[in-house]
Amino acid sequence: MRPSGYATDPDVRELVAFKTAGQDFCIDILSVREIRGWSRPALLPHAPSYVQGVINLRGAVVPILDLACRLGLHSIENTDRNVIIVAAIQSRIVGLLVEAVTDILSVPAAGIQPTPDLASEVTRSMLKGVVVQEERLIRLLDVAQLLPQLEDVAA
Amino acid sequence: MVGFSDLKEIFFVEADELLSALESGLRAIQTGAHGGDTVNAVFRAVHSIKGGAGAFDLKALVGFAHRFETVLDDLRAGRLQPEAALVNALLLASDHLADMVSACRQGLETDAQADERIIAHLEVHAGRLPGAEEEGFTFDPLPLGGGFSFADICAPSERTYLISFRPHASVYASGHDPALLLRDLCALGDAEVKLESNELPQAGDFDPGQSYLAWTISIATDSSVDEIRKIFEFIDGACELEISEPNQGDADQNPIDGENATTHPLGNLAVLPQPPLVQTNLPESLSSEAAVALPTASASQTQSLIATEAPNLAGMSAQLAASKAAQPPSATLNAAGPRPTIRVDIDRVDRLVDILGELVIHQAMLTEAIEQSPGFGSVEVDRSLDQLRQLSRQIQESVMAIRAQPVKPLFDRMHRIVREASMAAGKTARLVTEGEATEVDKTIIERLADPLTHMIRNSVDHGLEVSERRVSLGKSPEGEIRLSAAHRSGRIVITVQDDGAGIDRNKVRQVAIEKGLISSTVELSPQEIDGLLFLPGFSTASEVSNLSGRGVGMDVVRSEITGLGGRVGISSQRGQGTILTISLPLTLAVLDGMVFEVAGQTLVLPVSTIIETLRPDNVLRHSLGNSDSVLDVRGRCLPLIDVGAALGFRTTLSPGQGEIVVVVERGDEGALALMVDGIRDQRQVVIKGLEANYGQIPGIAAATVLGDGSVALILDPNDLATVVSTVPRPPIQHAAE
Repeated sequence: MRPSGYATDPDVRELVAFKTAGQDFCIDILSVREIRGWSRPALLPHAPSYVQGVINLRGAVVPILDLACRLGLHSIENTDRNVIIVAAIQSRIVGLLVEAVTDILSVPAAGIQPTPDLASEVTRSMLKGVVVQEERLIRLLDVAQLLPQLEDVAA
Repeated sequence: MVGFSDLKEIFFVEADELLSALESGLRAIQTGAHGGDTVNAVFRAVHSIKGGAGAFDLKALVGFAHRFETVLDDLRAGRLQPEAALVNALLLASDHLADMVSACRQGLETDAQADERIIAHLEVHAGRLPGAEEEGFTFDPLPLGGGFSFADICAPSERTYLISFRPHASVYASGHDPALLLRDLCALGDAEVKLESNELPQAGDFDPGQSYLAWTISIATDSSVDEIRKIFEFIDGACELEISEPNQGDADQNPIDGENATTHPLGNLAVLPQPPLVQTNLPESLSSEAAVALPTASASQTQSLIATEAPNLAGMSAQLAASKAAQPPSATLNAAGPRPTIRVDIDRVDRLVDILGELVIHQAMLTEAIEQSPGFGSVEVDRSLDQLRQLSRQIQESVMAIRAQPVKPLFDRMHRIVREASMAAGKTARLVTEGEATEVDKTIIERLADPLTHMIRNSVDHGLEVSERRVSLGKSPEGEIRLSAAHRSGRIVITVQDDGAGIDRNKVRQVAIEKGLISSTVELSPQEIDGLLFLPGFSTASEVSNLSGRGVGMDVVRSEITGLGGRVGISSQRGQGTILTISLPLTLAVLDGMVFEVAGQTLVLPVSTIIETLRPDNVLRHSLGNSDSVLDVRGRCLPLIDVGAALGFRTTLSPGQGEIVVVVERGDEGALALMVDGIRDQRQVVIKGLEANYGQIPGIAAATVLGDGSVALILDPNDLATVVSTVPRPPIQHAAE
């Protein structure tokens, strides 16, 4: 999975950067299982609006979250160009629907800044920090925070 | 090669079987329905556990089993009569032995005081003074893997014995290794071990499942015949063993009569051609020789071993050819053993089930692809597809049959629960089981143990009356719990029935009001009151007993059964008893489903729940209240549910939608009419849990993958009805695309 010549420096984190709802985000590469094209999910009844449904991932039934909607941004348009980042969050496998994967970043731990206080509560609770790179502000997502509300719904 | 820890695991698996044989044997003795074999079987069970425990150096277990066995030996010899008190003490001891085995399995220390108390209790009933052991307890087997030294062999002034030893194939099959026994034997004195190679078949005739090896051992030792015999104690009856003292003349021959051992006179040995000698440097030479015929070695291993041993074998072959015709390998005589079974790791079967699931999906995909391709219509293709479908169904049934197990072991465990519960509650009760041969998926059996235990305890604790009261009511003083299992319309139904007082509905209602579970003004039907028992935190026992009545009761039972896709029902007749009914799916992996469409979504209904499908006239639909409606099906009014609305996929019906109605069963509460848009197909679907990655959804049992690779949800009609009646209609969240 890792590119060859990867520096095993524990201070350097590799992050998968992607775009959705016009903003840049990233998540730790270790939680990413695979990236795949969009396929039409089956709707789930009584699901929160950000749960698009479930898809078949080689025999496993995986829920798809519209990440933009989950973060309180406007939902993204359903097009074939969207991609699904399949991520392992704790023991669950979840698909995150985003507009496009842009980059894989190697960022030293010092390069990750705490989330500024300005951000809204919903946004801030789901961010671990921000990374500034070439005039872009990339938000580092706390994937574990994407799920608790899912459990509430499921219970 | 099997590792030490694997061997230990095998021991525990076998110990479980032995324990259940022990318990059912004791129960047979208790009811008087036993022959001499039963006592023997019970004795052997304890004896084998002792033997195995000794090999793994589990001292507490060995000590307990030994004293247990001593009492059973008296029983076997007729020195004791199986009186009720003694049998009860024996049952108690067997329960405790089971506890000790499970403690050892978890690597825990057993409570020495409890061990002592229970075994002493047994010995008192057996008329023995506790602790007064006969001739000193000297059971000290060699631990497996323990160091063995050849240094101390060969003391002078001993007697010489000639031992002929021929293990049967069952010795290897049960995991014993003659090499270890011979090593033990050599530890007793100066020994010379000769392999009886004249019975080895030609290399091409080797059957890896047979035993061909036999040895003649001449040993000079100061140990007695009994001590020698003790070495072979664990495989008594599974080998031919003959011990004699040649220098004392034929009169002193001391053949051991194992149960089916055929002793052949010593004279035979003299005329046999002299086989190559194997001196006391056993570990290397014996193990390589033995490996040739070791039944545990797989065919390929055996092949390679034969290759390395080729020169050795070639030397023997002349002798072999001469003696083979005269004497067939003894092991073949022993072939008629118990029904052959294999132990398979459940993970392997589960993997097979998973792969099978994928096979079913891909078979459906293939069918779909071919049907849509332009060349479709060829009779051959059609026929092949049909056969493929049948074959995959057959494979599936076979695999499910591997996973299916009779409920007997589960039911057997309940005897102990009844014993303990009735003792603790000061009642007398007996358990009657029916339909023990009913087969259920292994996972279901495992997950049934806890709820069933709880239900049985509840029946004893709350259901049955104490003996005096029973007598005054004209019932038999002994309460009866009837546990039965049966297949009924694609499901398994398990009932727990007691002949006790039945549910005191006034009291139940009272308690529910006191606990704030219901308001004091509501009027409840008897069924609704019975249903209160399943509410969390409900407990009617005025005093909390140490078994049930802690308030973690029937609600836990219900949630566990629901988790298995099952339902629990209760019915009761005042003064006559209570019946608890569990109904479960036969398997957790695959179901026959009807694929249908609602609001552009594809869903699946279990075929087993469907009664009929129809296209009703609009005049038969009647509104009832604001949003509910009923459907008149041949004079029967059924609640009518729009599946699309119930799942929140739509609020109103467009023309052409909801025109087909599927009538489904709804537990014990009759039927339900579901409105759907169209029926697509009927096929087998593989059940995929939603819990792992998402969670439970009301009204949805699980999901599945269809032939085109898309996901479809499987409806749980029973649950759907509950959702509709309890939850206000959710607003629509997804517009149909």
